[in-house]
Amino acid sequence: MTTSITRRQEATQADVAKAIQRSGIQWRSTLFHAGLLLLLLTTLVILLVLLADIMIKAWPTFAERGVSFVTDGLSLNPETAGVFTGIMGSIAIAVIVILLAFPIGVSSAIYLEEYAPDTRLSRFLDTTVRNLAGVPSIVYGLLGGSTDGKNVIAAGITMSALVLPIVIITASEAIRAVPDSIREAGYGVGATKWEVVRSHVMPSALPGILTGTVLTLARAIGETAPLLVIGVATGYFAPPGDATFVDQITGSYTALPVIVFSWSRQTQAEFADTLAPAAIIVLLVVLFVLNGAAIWLRNKTENRW
Amino acid sequence: MTEEPTTDEQLAPRPGAEQAELAAEIRAERKRVTGGTPDDAHDVIIELDNVDVYYGDFHAVDSVTIPVREKEITAFIGPSGCGKSTVLRSINRMNDLIESARVEGRIAYHGVDLYGSGVDPVEVRRHIGMVFQKPNPFPKSIYDNIAFGPKIAGFKGDMDDLVESSLQRAALWDEVKDKLDESAFALSGGQQQRLCIARAIATSPDVLLMDEPASALDPIATLRIEDLMYELKQEYTIIIVTHNMQQAARVSDRTAFFSVDVNEGKRTGRLVEFTETAKLFTDPAEQETEDYITGRFG
Repeated sequence: MTTSITRRQEATQADVAKAIQRSGIQWRSTLFHAGLLLLLLTTLVILLVLLADIMIKAWPTFAERGVSFVTDGLSLNPETAGVFTGIMGSIAIAVIVILLAFPIGVSSAIYLEEYAPDTRLSRFLDTTVRNLAGVPSIVYGLLGGSTDGKNVIAAGITMSALVLPIVIITASEAIRAVPDSIREAGYGVGATKWEVVRSHVMPSALPGILTGTVLTLARAIGETAPLLVIGVATGYFAPPGDATFVDQITGSYTALPVIVFSWSRQTQAEFADTLAPAAIIVLLVVLFVLNGAAIWLRNKTENRW
Repeated sequence: MTEEPTTDEQLAPRPGAEQAELAAEIRAERKRVTGGTPDDAHDVIIELDNVDVYYGDFHAVDSVTIPVREKEITAFIGPSGCGKSTVLRSINRMNDLIESARVEGRIAYHGVDLYGSGVDPVEVRRHIGMVFQKPNPFPKSIYDNIAFGPKIAGFKGDMDDLVESSLQRAALWDEVKDKLDESAFALSGGQQQRLCIARAIATSPDVLLMDEPASALDPIATLRIEDLMYELKQEYTIIIVTHNMQQAARVSDRTAFFSVDVNEGKRTGRLVEFTETAKLFTDPAEQETEDYITGRFG
């Protein structure tokens, strides 16, 4: 039986072999595949060209000035102008966003996902938050600009308002992704809602919440338009040398993207040609560091179990 | 449906003689385990009295009356959508988590109405523990899985002892005693489910609800869970929902058979018959039960 194959079996074998043969190249499939790849590459190429262009323009600044470009303050003289004031301003804004937008946003998300009853009001709230996330940033700038304070605190509060809806949405999604079986397990052993949320839902949602919120922080640091409306200093100003902490946070300020904006409009060619691109590189480095921190935080919190 | 592969074969219609044989088998097995057939010596611990469950306007379960006796295993069987899980979940008020769910009628625990005013569902769940269909350990260590319940309940004793004794009673201690700090997810599906049972008994409930506890497990792991249920019956009252009729026949003292009526596309579950397991599987009072257990329907 095992050694001799009958003629009939041979015939069947041939039929099957023919039936399961590859029949030529599948054009549609190959085309679709190639099309997708091409479109993806377009994005990458645009990004790389942009980066290369800025790098080339910025290179002379870093080559001549080195670290002093990062540690010098603002100046009307292109030889000594640096972005230090901008870095400080951006960090101050970031700190305010962390202190303001994250607690409020994450709390709102917990309420919406875990506590809010499924009523017309809560659905309305949910929709409103999603719509707010789509409001152009300049509108938030107008809102912030209607206050008196032209200082870094006003800027931080405005940026917090700007990213708040995004924080709520990303945190909500992270919380929603926690499987209900974990909640049931908690309730099943007699946990209260608070205990379930604190001990099980939040630890499971934490990686997602952290990643999402750090990425929104990057958005807050990169935004320019609202700051221009609020009254950020776009020209030269003397940073308060021996000023007190209160003076610093209530006085004039600037931020990295604003420096890029204002330098690119200067009449002196050096500002637009080499200093603005160099400031862009500094801004990008800050953003990459933040994104890297987001990924690091996610891995650190995610792989515990 | 994830029954054991033998189910269909074993549920084929049996002639009378074989049925009597099966009844004798079940009684013998019960005698081996508990030293007797169920009798009325055990008090009723949970009494479902004309229980109706609604989800909004949807009438999910109609008028269920079942007296559950202490230290017995009571099985709920029936086709999909017959409301057996719904009824189970209303016993420890897990259905409260679904906003639109509403229970009518009376569910009494030691004579106290579980839906009476002033009853805290959180306290109810500490007395009536639950094991779910899919093993759902917390994403924490084995130790923390057990310790969480007692900790929030304000347990003041020696936690290490409690963790050990809970794992021992769930027949898992020997397998995990050297890796209590490891993730619960490192365990196999069957071990995870026994961990969930250990977690449920760590808060010392006196009733355990099991919602198809073995349906996601292989036959060997299933048998281990069933063995464990025999052991646990010495101390706990167990109510188990199962799709697997062999399982109900093997482990339970009494069985409730549910069926489902379809009215204008809406499915309402109802109790067909509740009686001693040996009787239900060999000499059911209702034709509908007989059709189901012999595989002619469902």
